Amino acid sequence: MRNPLRSEAEAFRFLLLTIGYFAAIAIGALIDKWVGFGVFIVLSLVVLYVAFLRGRDEPPQRVAPTLQHDPEERRILVIANETVAGDTLHSMIREKGEGYRTNVLVVVPAQPSPLQHFASDDDPSRKAARKRLDASLAKLREAGFSAEGEVGEPDPLQAIEDALRTFGPDAIIISTHPEGRSHWLARGVVEHARERFAVPITHVVVDLESDRSQVR
Amino acid sequence: MLLFIASEVMLFGSFFTAYFFIRVVNGYPWPPEGFELPRYVAGVNTAILVTSSFTMHWALQSIRRGNRAGMQAGLVLTFLMGLTFLLTQVIEYARVGFAPHDNAFTTIFFSLTGLHGAHVFVGLTILLFMTIRAYRGHFSPEHHYGVELGGIYWHFVDIMWIVVYTTVYII
Repeated sequence: MRNPLRSEAEAFRFLLLTIGYFAAIAIGALIDKWVGFGVFIVLSLVVLYVAFLRGRDEPPQRVAPTLQHDPEERRILVIANETVAGDTLHSMIREKGEGYRTNVLVVVPAQPSPLQHFASDDDPSRKAARKRLDASLAKLREAGFSAEGEVGEPDPLQAIEDALRTFGPDAIIISTHPEGRSHWLARGVVEHARERFAVPITHVVVDLESDRSQVR
Repeated sequence: MLLFIASEVMLFGSFFTAYFFIRVVNGYPWPPEGFELPRYVAGVNTAILVTSSFTMHWALQSIRRGNRAGMQAGLVLTFLMGLTFLLTQVIEYARVGFAPHDNAFTTIFFSLTGLHGAHVFVGLTILLFMTIRAYRGHFSPEHHYGVELGGIYWHFVDIMWIVVYTTVYII
């Protein structure tokens, strides 16, 4: 079931539906308690149908950025574990921001071990992510980009969704290791991101070991 | 946010479970004889709280369009209506004619409405900080996540009140 309180607009819509639902039940109950009970049953079945059954047949609603920004500006979100480097990635950012004032936000998800995750001990993984982020930002700035960064949620899809709300990107670049060495590719992060987010997504494979990179 | 909402739903759910348990055990009539709830005053209070959600929504729509004055007015109105709701509830408590320790019905009445009142108080505190930040120019059409989150919380508080009001006062 989808969380109905994902944004203020959705919460407001849910409030209106709640008012309608309880108003109908209350009016029914004031006429006769069995009428109120009948209205409650019927409406609850409709709600359950819409929430659980109909939702399965529909494609998932895609999340779009909620922030508006200057049309002269191009915001690019780069999400990467430790692979924000390489000429291909840099030229990809240049290509996407061509003719615009470009701002890059790099999000590096913290990667706690299963034990750290279980113990809610996320300080070491955030510290390590911060180091990778600082190194990535230094490389991007060295290449002449205006770049900021932050450590994101361990789940890369959640990290992207958070950035969609706070940064409002026009394009997303997911940078990964090559197939076989990338956990994200094994989990289908790129495909899931394309299904879930209404923003153009480019996948860049960066092979730091052989210093080669390619776009997909 | 999802975990927060889930925990809140469970918290309210436990209070509603206690409420329905007491109601079923107590049997008909409900409320018990000798007790009357001020449903019309609470109804007006409900209208005030529902209206405050509309002004909250207006505040967020305003800042999205770059209308700072609209956002400030929306937040101030929302805060004032929330404060009115809470003060009316305090006055209702003082005049309702029974106390929490009288019996199970009065205990669960004060517990449920009091739990919600505590959430309104938290919401008002958030709204106060949002309003101060709005007047200090912290929000813009590009950066207003603070208003968005406060708005979600306020609508949640409003939704819970509709459930509480319908269940406790009407049905």
